[in-house]
Amino acid sequence: MSGMTDMRASGAVLLTHPVGLHARPSVKLTKLAKTFRSTIEISTAANGPWIDAKSIVKVMAAKVPQGSELHVRAAGDDASDAVAALIGLVEDDFGEANADAANG
Amino acid sequence: MSGSGNVGIVVVSHSADIARGTADMVRQMVGDEVPLAFCGGDPDGGLGTNVESIMAAIDAAWSDRGVAILVDLGGAETNSEMAIELQPEERQGRIVVCNAPIVEGAVMAATEASGGASLEDVKRTAEELSPS
Repeated sequence: MSGMTDMRASGAVLLTHPVGLHARPSVKLTKLAKTFRSTIEISTAANGPWIDAKSIVKVMAAKVPQGSELHVRAAGDDASDAVAALIGLVEDDFGEANADAANG
Repeated sequence: MSGSGNVGIVVVSHSADIARGTADMVRQMVGDEVPLAFCGGDPDGGLGTNVESIMAAIDAAWSDRGVAILVDLGGAETNSEMAIELQPEERQGRIVVCNAPIVEGAVMAATEASGGASLEDVKRTAEELSPS
């Protein structure tokens, strides 16, 4: 690891996916989070509680509903890229904007 | 797929339909980067599991990182354990049966495996679901 592991980044995005952050979106978010070295956490409030974005079990158990503001924070040498990528995924409606919500 | 850097997943159900459907969910929800195989049912189309089919599924999903097996009830677990015992020595210790619900456990395990996690982490993630 480099010596820049204390870099931090954060952001927030409105969760518009029709069925919220449940099974398929959770898997996509977790898989994306795992591609970064940084510690990444998400929350529905700016002051937490924070959960590990790389834990599929915790992300799915959070059952974040549609309309939630999803806060993302990261710490590590790729923290900024990680936050931008996760927020981009949510803004892009998890790449399934036209998907039938019933299939979610 | 044997050269994959990710832990493989094997689904063992008494029902061929459940095994196939569980594997479908893994493929659609998680993707193709995890070696995956399934087996279930007896050759006559009834319910059952057998050691030979499980061994073939382990071969199909084999990864040098190891294989995690998700099972449903009783015989699926005991036959999986027997299939593990019959594996060549170099595979011993790199195949585990997860104590987790078959469908949810398979999706969770595959999600964890897709990120390059170790066999121990894959098993732990699947088992996080179970009431302790």
